[in-house]
Formats: sequence, C-alpha cells, structure tokens
Amino acid sequence: MFGYYLDLAFRSLKRNKVLTALMVIAIAVGIGASMTTLTVMRLLSGDPIPARSAHLFYAQIDPDPTPGDRKEPYDVIDYQSAVDLWSAHRADRQTLIIESPVRMRAPDVNLPAMMPAMASITADFFSMFDVPFQYGNGWTAEDDTKRAQVAVISADLNQKLFGGANSVGRTLRLRDTDVRIIGVLKPWRPSPLFYMVAGAHYANGDTADLYSKTEDIFTPFFTGLELNDGNFSQYTCWHLPDHPGHLRNSPCVWVRLWVQLGDSSKVVAYKQFLDGYAAQQKVLGRIVRPQNTRLRSLMQWLDYEGVVPSDVRLQTWLAFAFLAICLFNTIGLLLAKFLRRGGEIGVRRALGATRGAVFAQCLVEAGMVGLIGGIVGWLLTLAGLWLVRQQSVPYADLAHLDASMFLLTFALAIAASLLAGVLPALRASRLPLGLQLKTL
Amino acid sequence: MEIRPIFASLRKHRIPALLIVLEIALACAVLCNAVFMISQRVNDIRLPSAIDEQGLVTVTLRGTDDKLVGSEIPRNLAALRGIAGVQQVAITSSLPLSTNNWGWSFGVNADSVIANQKNINVSLYFIGESGDKALGLHMLQGRFFNADELADSKFDTAPLPETHAVVMTHAAAENFWPGQSALGKTIYSKPYYYTVVGVVEDVLRPNISTTNTRKSYDAVYFPMSAAGSKGALSYYILRGAPQDRDRIMREAEQKLAELNPGAVAKGQIYVDIREKYFANMSSMAWMLVLVCVVMLAVTAFGIVGLTSFWVGQRRRQIGIRRAVGATRRHIMQYFQTENLLLTTAGVVVGMGLAFGINVYLMQHYEMSRMPWYYLPGGALALWLLGQASVFGPAQKAASVPPVVATRSV
Repeated sequence: MFGYYLDLAFRSLKRNKVLTALMVIAIAVGIGASMTTLTVMRLLSGDPIPARSAHLFYAQIDPDPTPGDRKEPYDVIDYQSAVDLWSAHRADRQTLIIESPVRMRAPDVNLPAMMPAMASITADFFSMFDVPFQYGNGWTAEDDTKRAQVAVISADLNQKLFGGANSVGRTLRLRDTDVRIIGVLKPWRPSPLFYMVAGAHYANGDTADLYSKTEDIFTPFFTGLELNDGNFSQYTCWHLPDHPGHLRNSPCVWVRLWVQLGDSSKVVAYKQFLDGYAAQQKVLGRIVRPQNTRLRSLMQWLDYEGVVPSDVRLQTWLAFAFLAICLFNTIGLLLAKFLRRGGEIGVRRALGATRGAVFAQCLVEAGMVGLIGGIVGWLLTLAGLWLVRQQSVPYADLAHLDASMFLLTFALAIAASLLAGVLPALRASRLPLGLQLKTL
Repeated sequence: MEIRPIFASLRKHRIPALLIVLEIALACAVLCNAVFMISQRVNDIRLPSAIDEQGLVTVTLRGTDDKLVGSEIPRNLAALRGIAGVQQVAITSSLPLSTNNWGWSFGVNADSVIANQKNINVSLYFIGESGDKALGLHMLQGRFFNADELADSKFDTAPLPETHAVVMTHAAAENFWPGQSALGKTIYSKPYYYTVVGVVEDVLRPNISTTNTRKSYDAVYFPMSAAGSKGALSYYILRGAPQDRDRIMREAEQKLAELNPGAVAKGQIYVDIREKYFANMSSMAWMLVLVCVVMLAVTAFGIVGLTSFWVGQRRRQIGIRRAVGATRRHIMQYFQTENLLLTTAGVVVGMGLAFGINVYLMQHYEMSRMPWYYLPGGALALWLLGQASVFGPAQKAASVPPVVATRSV
C-alpha cells in the first residue's frame, strides 16, 4: 500500500510543478536556515570535553580584603590563594593556569620573532584535560617544583616552525630563556577554550573570542612566571601593584585553579576544604568574605559565564521564526493542493477507500515534499556553513556538519512537512463525499 | 467596494485565511526587529572618529627591552621619517578600535579614588611627540602637549603616568563637566591628578560600547616620553597620502624589523583595523538582510500560491459575476481587497508581536527600544508586498470569461 501511495504522491507532485517547487523551496529554505544556526549553536553551546566535564571543577574564593557586600567572588583568584590551594593537593588532579604573550624565536629556524600566547600550567593539566600528544609528553610534578626549562607546543606552532616534524628535543628561545621542547600536541581545539573562560558575564554576550585556538606554548607554571616576569596582566586589582606586570604577591586576581574530583563525596570534601581555607585566611586577616567560595563544575561554570555569543542565540531564534513562516506557507499550499483534488479524493472514497487511507495518502505526499525539501535544505545548510566559515569569527573553522546533524536535517525536514501536512490531510479526508462527486 | 461578500467567502475558508494572517504577522514581527537590528549595526559601523583614518599606517613593535626603549624609539622614529611619502611620524600606546584597551576611572573631586562608583571610566592613550599631527587630531579647545610635558612624563611604579597634563575628547569632557568648558579643570584618581590642557574632537575608544554609543568616545590622551614609557608605547604611527599607505606600511614594517631584530614588528593600514573591528557586525548585518529578503520572498510565494488556488476554485463564481455585469476591474478589486483585509489583520497581530519580541530582546539581549515608526514601516512593507503578490493571480481571475458560468451548472 505504501508503495502505491508513493506512486500517487509522485504523480500528484509532478502534476503541478510550480506549487510543488514552491513547497519544496519553502521547506528547504526554512531547514537550511535553522540547521545552519543550530549547527553553530551546538558547536558553541556543547560540552567541550564530554568524557571529563562531569569531574572537572573550577575553584573560586574571594581574596579581596576591601570590606563590603559582594555576592560573587572575582572570576579568578590571587597568586597566594592559588598556590596554597594547589600545593595542598587535595583534589585527584589540579592545575594552575596563567596566560601571557611571550616573545619567541626558534634559534635554528630562519623565521622572524613572534609573539604567541603562552599558557603556564602545572603538570596535571595534560592528563586532566585529556590533551592529545603527537610527539613526546608533558612534564612531571617534579619538573614543576624545580622549574624545569621545558615546553610543550601546539600542532599549529610545530607546523609553522618545524614543518610538522618531530621537534622534541629542539630549543625555543622564550624572551631571554632557552627552553627544550618535550612534547608536541595533536591538533586540539576545545570549543570553547573552557579552561581560560573568565569575565565573560561582563561581555554583554560579545563572547566569540572564547572560541579561539589554544595557546601555542605551554610551560611549567613557575618556569613561565620567571621567564616572562613583568608581562602578566591582571584580571583586576584592589590597589595598584608595585610593579606593573609582576603579579606574584600583588593585590590582584589573575590565576585560574581547575581541579578534578572523581566522585560526589570528593566534591563535598573539596568544597569543605575551600571553605576551611577561606575561614583560616579570615583569621589571619587576609580575607573578609570567607563565605564567598565557589566550586562549579565545568558546565555550570560555562553556564554561569554565559559563553554562547548573543549574536548566535539571536540568529537561532531568528532561524526558527523563519522556519515557522515557511511552515505556515507550506500548510497553506498543501491545503490548496489537496482540496483542489476534491473530485479525485471523492472518487477514491466512493470506491471504498477509508478516511484513514486518504489521510495516509495525503501524509505520504507531504512527507515526500519534506524529503525533497530536506535534500535541498541539506545543500543550503552546507552553503550556510560555508558562509559561516568565511566570516572572521574565531569559531569559523569549527563550522562543519557532522553525521548527527546531517541526519537531523532530514528528520527535521520530514517532521516539519508531516506537521504541515496533518491539517490539510485531515481536511481532505473529511471532505463531504456526495458534494465532491456531484461537482465532477 | 462591498466587503461583506469577501467576509462571507473568507468565513468558508477559515483555515487558509488564518494561515495567511499568521504568516504575515510573523513576517511583520521578524521584519521590524531584523531591520531595527540591521540599522543599529550599520550605525555602529559608521561611527565617526576624528583621526585621519584614510592616510594612517601603524606598525606595532612588541617584545622590545623596556630598558633600551629610551634610545630605540627615537632612532626608530627617525628611520621611519626617512620613508618616502611619510608626512608625520609618532608613537602611541594604542589606537581607536584596536581592541588594545587600557581603561581607568577618574573623578572630578580631589578625593576620588579608583573604586569610586561615581567615577567615569575612560580609555587611556599615551602619546609621544607630534602624535596629534600624525593621528590628525582636531583640537577644539586649548593645545596639545608642549615639549616639556612630553619629555617629563614617565611611568614610575603605577599604571598612571607621572605628569599633570591631559587632553580629552569632547565627549569625555561633556561627561565629566556637562555644559562647561573642561579647559583648566582637573580629573583625579588619588594620589594622581591631571589638568585638562586641550579638548579634541571625538575619537573612538579601542573598544566601543555596543549599548551606549555616548560612552564609545570617552578617551583621554596623556603625554609620554620614550625613556619613561616602560614598554607602553608600541604603536608606531605614520601618516601619508591614502594612495601611498600600502607601500608605506610594508616599508615601515621592514625597516622596524631590520632595526629591532629581537622584537616582533607587524604593520597594518588603519582602514583594515577598523574593518576588522566591525567584521562580525557587518557579517551579522548581511545575514539579517539575507534573512529578510528570503523571508519576504517566501511570504510572497505563499500569497501567490494560495490566491491562485482560490482563483482556480472560484472560476465558476467569477464567471457568474462577470455574466451578470461585473467588470474585470471589479474582479481584480475583489481579490485585492480580500488581500488587503488579510494583510491588515496580519500586520495588526504582527505589530503587537514585533513589540513583544523587542521587549523580550531588551530584557535578554543588549537591545534598545525600537522606535515607534518601525511598526507602521513594517506594516506598509507587508501591505505593498501583499498587493504586489496578489496582482498576478487577480489578473488571472479577471481574465476568466463570462462563458465559464454557462458550463455544467
């Protein structure tokens, strides 16, 4: 029966090509617009590290000694608290993160000096965040404490400097210090660059920069602090630091602390540890708001920061309003098409077709429109994503259609057309039989 | 024109009529808001900035040694002056729309400290000798810094300069002292204080405010000596004729790279800095334009499709009307009036919806209130669209011959 309906639908669609084309275009354009924005939205609002995100937590305390009432602590913490909390080693894994631009040159490569971003982190960083290595490895906890002059570089930088060859063992000159490359990353593109996210909730939704590429150079925390001293910038300060750019023991917040906690009891214990530390610091007079500690999971943190750019959210709303317009349009056109065939439907009913059969036949026709619309819509989605990739936004290179979104394109197209078809099909199947036959 | 028969007929086609009304309502709501968003972005992209944008070239030099800049900067500036076609050369800490922002807040009372809520946040530009001429600043009042101020200003340990002279934009002056002349007045951030020696025409900040254009011009200039700049001066600026700017940029970049082998030199023409700053905004604006055009096209096709169907369905009635004396004009008018009624119902709902969406966007996104004239504007656009798309089918209806009425009654 289904094959016969398909045949009927096909004939009917061929009969009025203009109307069919209008419906297909309406569905396709609606699908193209909404799938393009939905793909971008999913890229930007998704979990940057699905395997680990449930166990990663962002620790905050409020080290600002200025009295007053503030509900949330600063997005990052001060050097002393960060190092105290880190060196207590109360979490399964923990890393400190700071970032600074550093002058870099490879002594045996004939390229001018560059100013890439350098992340200075501790040894657990690579294992906590599942960072993939192409060559070599990260460093050990011992390297952290003895300030080993080593570095891990990104795949991009390795390509730029060494043509993608194994560069482990070669030397980089970072400002005035030589460091040895001990690891090269595989292409790694967390979206957003979650471990650096801070301050985004002040950005009024202008957050596209959170989706930029990773730093090119990773050095041990204390090594980086030493070699690039004077070039660090603060998140904010409660009074002026004595030496701009030198932030160790300054009245400033600028360090991020991420911890990995295996289960919920460890989370509770770590929160207690944070609270205990804050309370102890209050006794010492360094902290005035010990209740202002936070331990948000990775996804909670991204949510709190509001990382999805507001332009992208607006575009998604717009695209779905657009899809709704296209659907109203398709409903109208299908209604016109089915009711015009009143005579034909009347004959089929008179010959014994049930209402259900007529309804099913009409829906098959609508679904067929959806399928064709889906194919055209898929092509439009590809074109739309190509347009996104041409833009100068930091996440442009991420905009690709994956298998699940490809399937969703067709699912959405057919679902939309069936939805559009229900009302017209219902009307068509309920046409008064006698009247239709009489007017033939 | 009698409209009662139209109502009677629409009552018989309640669902298709409702669909058209809904489609037009949604289109009207989306159109009003999208056009409003486009206009806001276009306004931002066109914000004026009183510097010589067309002739300006900049080379940033990063990774220099702070201890040596005192001798390196004058040497570099002298070398840049030697490039053919260069009229002015200077050095500064940042440029409008460069996103390299150094902000601070000042008050107008002697006891203002940085944390004061009433302080006004401004962007700081530090600038060297003849910076006003190199940028093409327009002095409105007072003067630019004199040689002593430029030579003596330096950074000590604080991020504010050891000087007492400041030049500010007209907008910043208006924000500090509304309706008064700023010349000779003082801004404070305890223990620092600076007296206004000049007011310049409005120059944009390195980052502009997307919600409040007034704040986009709150910038102040401080004098800065090369020796005391502690690495803050990294934008070499060169001014020449617009047609020379690309060549000047390449030569200047090359020259600075040669002179400073340890540092990183990067040249840009200023118009590219501006374009890059607004690239996201303009692509969003173009996307909105595309959405509006396609949406209106889809709506128009929907009207054409449905009206054609109605015409086909009513061929016999049209024939009868023609047979009993209606002219082609009457038939045309019937369909045009019908469309006008549907569109009117649509835009009434649509204007309410547009207003609602605007209120929602104001609460959840950084959006300002839509001026009232967008609503009638959107309504007018959809009326015209409706009339344009109904014209074809209506003409087809008018061409139905009266003889159709005599067939198979």
